[in-house]
Amino acid sequence: MSADGPRRFKTATAGRALLALAVTALFLFPVYWLFVMSIKTPEEVFATPPVWWPAEISLENFAVLFRDGDVRAIWNSAIVAGVSTVIAMFLGTIAAYSIARYRTGGDHLAIWIISQRMIPPIAIVFPIFLAFALIGLNDTYLGLIALYTAFNLPYVIWMMRGYVEDVPLELEESALVDGLDRWQTLLKVVFPMMRTGLFATSVFTFIFAWNEFIFALILTRTEVITFPVQVSHYFGPQQIFWAKIGAMSVLGTLPVFFTVAMAQKLLVRGISMGAVKG
Amino acid sequence: MARLAVQGLRKSYGKVEALKGVDLDIAEGEFCVFVGPSGCGKSTLLRSIAGLEEIDSGTIAIDGNVVNTLRPRDRNIAMVFQNYALYPYLSVFENIAFGLRARKVPDAEIRSRVANAAEMLGIEALLERMPRQLSGGQRQRVAIGRAVVRDALLFLFDEPLSNLDAQLRDGMRAEIKRLHQEIGKTTIYVTHDQIEAMTLADRIVLLRDGIIEQQGAPLDLFERPATRFVAGFLGSPQMNFVATHLDYVDGALTLIFDEGRRLPLDPARAAAFDKYRSRDVILGVRPEHIARANGGAPRKPADAPLNALIDLVQPTGTRTYAQFRLNETEITVELPSHTVERPGTTIELLFDMSRVILIDPQTQHVIPG
Ligand SMILES: Nc1ncnc2c1ncn2[C@@H]1O[C@H](COP(=O)(O)OP(=O)(O)OP(=O)(O)O)[C@@H](O)[C@H]1O
Ligand SMILES: [Mg+2]
Repeated sequence: MSADGPRRFKTATAGRALLALAVTALFLFPVYWLFVMSIKTPEEVFATPPVWWPAEISLENFAVLFRDGDVRAIWNSAIVAGVSTVIAMFLGTIAAYSIARYRTGGDHLAIWIISQRMIPPIAIVFPIFLAFALIGLNDTYLGLIALYTAFNLPYVIWMMRGYVEDVPLELEESALVDGLDRWQTLLKVVFPMMRTGLFATSVFTFIFAWNEFIFALILTRTEVITFPVQVSHYFGPQQIFWAKIGAMSVLGTLPVFFTVAMAQKLLVRGISMGAVKG
Repeated sequence: MARLAVQGLRKSYGKVEALKGVDLDIAEGEFCVFVGPSGCGKSTLLRSIAGLEEIDSGTIAIDGNVVNTLRPRDRNIAMVFQNYALYPYLSVFENIAFGLRARKVPDAEIRSRVANAAEMLGIEALLERMPRQLSGGQRQRVAIGRAVVRDALLFLFDEPLSNLDAQLRDGMRAEIKRLHQEIGKTTIYVTHDQIEAMTLADRIVLLRDGIIEQQGAPLDLFERPATRFVAGFLGSPQMNFVATHLDYVDGALTLIFDEGRRLPLDPARAAAFDKYRSRDVILGVRPEHIARANGGAPRKPADAPLNALIDLVQPTGTRTYAQFRLNETEITVELPSHTVERPGTTIELLFDMSRVILIDPQTQHVIPG
């Protein structure tokens, strides 16, 4: 057709690309700022006009975190989030299997379980604090792990129930006839069939525990301070430790960022699979 | 190879009684087909035998051993499912090897047995592929391969061909029959397709509403149905059923129709029907047992003539189906091609009265004779 057809198309594409770029920049700016802050010297942090890129990349802020022992918080978070995710995924998946395949608890159990997730955390944080104080669970790994497991279980059960229902029953029956028992069928057929779902759910479960703030703030003191709580300590009454905030945030964000980035494809598929059913 | 004996089998799902007392004996090496309309309990019966359904009462015995309480894996049964049930994350080879690995068969033996099964089914070239890279027919072959590779006592098939298109179905049907002849294992095959049932079975078990309506060799059931239901279920096009009256006319037992039309019974069989004289009966006659009268040609003694105004003609190529009305019922007649060209013609038909059946309208049972 007319010669300017392709050209008009090009202009439109360029415009759209520009818009996308602007939006991306807007959203990425805080991330960029945090990162730059972590490699600046204290003078550069407070300089006006702001320093967009430090003259020299300084790893001093990170070194300080290691020297002062602040990185212990990352380790604490990893333990608490990792262990509670593994436990919640295991218990939640077999519970979901039972609900999906054996109709355990009839029609209402599943709804009841997910309704647990709707309680505002702040409403139960003090009762739990008192209960934990009574049995000595405050400021312990066990306390936080138990709490995060309990908190994530409804989500895991709800998600995994949908994934179990997506596994064709015939596959399991075929395996049973072929010579497996229930547990082996779960391991060799059901789990591989919903591996994307297992992965996606684990990632969300882990991130929840990794980021959780209110409970960690109130239920920990000195021993199991987690990464978000540690960062909050840098907002002191007299002073705000910007450099430490930057460095700690980078340390705390990187593991999650890389997991999600590497698994993006899997994750999108996992999420949308669950969206179809359950 | 194994015998299967089922006695007094009952199974309900809540209020739905799926099986209402089934008794069944399948001999060693027999090819037995469960057939019947949708919802009659074929799958439930098969799955009960496999151990996938818990039964309410009765016994299931393989080679004389009651297996009621055995788990599926301990019954040593191989089963092919309607939707193939291939594991999408395993290669064809691993799919076929799955049951062997589950039973801890050594690697070398797995390789040779899978190779054997693949050769038997002509899928050697597909072993490295994933299931999603296969056509429906190929998937079904793999599913069958997974069953034959196992040294199982019983083979169970639940409508294995119903997802294939018609042409492929005919080919696979022949192949399953050939496979059974080669391996000779006791096989139970579920279908709702009466042609599959007729062609494959050594024995047909016809189910209806959770009970066995009749069982026996295919031709036995076809030629000597016990009930109207069996007579109507087997055969295509279906047997015609006409409500009519039986009485003596000129000293011969005769079926009396509208417009003064009559069909005298076959003299050789008439005595058996004497107790139904002066009563209403249902005539059952297959389309292929009605022919067009051929001018003055000599007739067999059992042939009875009847005038028919043809109102519909359906040529299929090899045969032509024509329809006419008799006692308010459309009757289908199967004739050679070109026997009738168009509706509206009246022709003389010959009923082969040695092949017709009479049915008691109260019991719906075929009257013996
Ligand atoms: N899991 C179940 N829960 C409740 N009712 C069931 C269940 N499975 C089967 N039924 C019922 O039991 C009866 C027999 O079902 P079955 O699946 O054995 O029929 P079928 O002969 O295999 O039919 P089809 O040819 O449609 O496969 C039907 O009335 C069916 O609705
Ligand atoms: Mg069925």
